[in-house]
Amino acid sequence: MKPPAFDYLRAESIAGALSAFQEKDGDAVYLAGGHSVVPSLNLRLQAPSSLIDISAIDTLSGISRHDGWLRIGAMTRHVDVLKNPEIGKHAPLFQAAAPHVAHPAIRNRGTIGGSLSLADPASEFPAVALALRAEMEVVNPQGLRRVPADDFFIDIFETDMESGEILQAVWIPPVQAGQVHAFDELARRQGDYAMVGVAISGILLAGILSEIRIAFLSVGNKPTRAVAAEAALIGLPVNAAAIAVAQEELEKDLDPPEDPQLPPAARKHMARVLLGRTLTTLGASA
Amino acid sequence: MKTEISLTVNGEELHAFVEPRLSLADFLRDSLRLTGTHLGCEMGACGACLVLLTGTPVHACLVLAVQAAGQDVETIEGLSERGAIGDLQKSFYERNALQCGYCTSGMIVSAHALLAENMTPARADIRDALSGNYCRCTGYEAIVDAIETTAVRRKSQVEAAE
Ligand SMILES: Cc1cc2nc3c(=O)[nH]c(=O)nc-3n(C[C@H](O)[C@H](O)[C@H](O)COP(=O)(O)OP(=O)(O)OC[C@H]3O[C@@H](n4cnc5c(N)ncnc54)[C@H](O)[C@@H]3O)c2cc1C
Ligand code: FES
Ligand code: FES
Repeated sequence: MKPPAFDYLRAESIAGALSAFQEKDGDAVYLAGGHSVVPSLNLRLQAPSSLIDISAIDTLSGISRHDGWLRIGAMTRHVDVLKNPEIGKHAPLFQAAAPHVAHPAIRNRGTIGGSLSLADPASEFPAVALALRAEMEVVNPQGLRRVPADDFFIDIFETDMESGEILQAVWIPPVQAGQVHAFDELARRQGDYAMVGVAISGILLAGILSEIRIAFLSVGNKPTRAVAAEAALIGLPVNAAAIAVAQEELEKDLDPPEDPQLPPAARKHMARVLLGRTLTTLGASA
Repeated sequence: MKTEISLTVNGEELHAFVEPRLSLADFLRDSLRLTGTHLGCEMGACGACLVLLTGTPVHACLVLAVQAAGQDVETIEGLSERGAIGDLQKSFYERNALQCGYCTSGMIVSAHALLAENMTPARADIRDALSGNYCRCTGYEAIVDAIETTAVRRKSQVEAAE
């Protein structure tokens, strides 16, 4: 289908984009990679009067390091997340997840900022951000703020950002000694949205797990931490016995919604299997 | 309201007035009559509309013509005329890797990008590169074969030249 008519404005700066949004009284949508916005316009799921293209704003691009933290600009395309050596070194979990995000041509356009702002519960990067304790740099006419991933993802397609705010970058904490990670998902076809996926980051020193964050995608209305499974693993080696206990505990963490394509019991079973596989990888990676 | 854009299509500089809602695919097909770029789903799922935007494959159904302003677009016609894909076309023909041909331009754009990056792809790499391209006719095997054959031939040409 073809979208209804709209105006188009290419913003040159954050200030320009923010004021354009205000002038439109909120009847506008920011356009980054456009690979979620344009399909929804084509399907006429939304019909804003204006699109404000933020892709040319230079403060939204670039990957840099500050005090050990990695700053990834919101306009970083999925393909660059996949290939950038700095991300490979300082946020390898993003690189492990990136091949699972859509198909090659979509990765050439879609952006990390678009994915995090949209907060699709089936998306890979929000779960990765949650597992890594990432922080979102959000800008509005009053200034900047940084929101930890734990507080950023609120509900399906809903984040802590108010209408009109812009996500400028995502910040990843410094890699720590013994830090390990794993990512995997189950999808019907390579590149499709996952039926279940999981991102894990932990600290494994002298064979003992001292910290772990397990974030599932596609199990509920937002990326979901498996806190009971996490607690069961702390202070232990990642061996078959510990993994089995974590899989038992996962029962308490997940409550997937009714879905005619995949009943909650099946989804929970897949999550258990996936947790077993990723923890095994994690244990072997130290 | 129409917006003026300048861009390069298949090596030719162009100026046009376009509605913001016009997709790059519709601009190429309807305004420029470059109908080798096909439209299937118009939502990024089928891959029939792939073109090269500054050298990388993108879905022309999901890029607005206004977003392509100032950039370099290459379509299947451009790739074909400059002889960049003659060998791919030949392998597709020899192996019957097309029936209705609806998916073919998109398949060839994906294959072209893959072979530019990886001269010796495994079959799994080829399948991965085509994961966003639907074919309702061939069952894919012949397409994978044709791309594999092209890769092997290109490699032996390079080796023969050395
Ligand atoms: C066929 C297909 C398959 C896909 N499969 C997957 C998949 O498996 N996994 C996955 O994660 N994604 C998938 N996607 C989605 C793709 O990754 C999107 O491109 C991405 O989620 C959104 O990024 P974008 O840059 O295209 O954002 P856009 O479409 O431009 O924007 C998305 C939303 O975020 C807002 N926005 C964008 N950037 C900012 C910002 N910096 N600040 C504030 N608001 C902003 C926009 O206003 C809009 O509401 C798929 C898309 C398609 C078409
Ligand atoms: S028409 Fe563009 S992907 Fe189907
Ligand atoms: S040849 Fe008909 S869709 Fe591929």
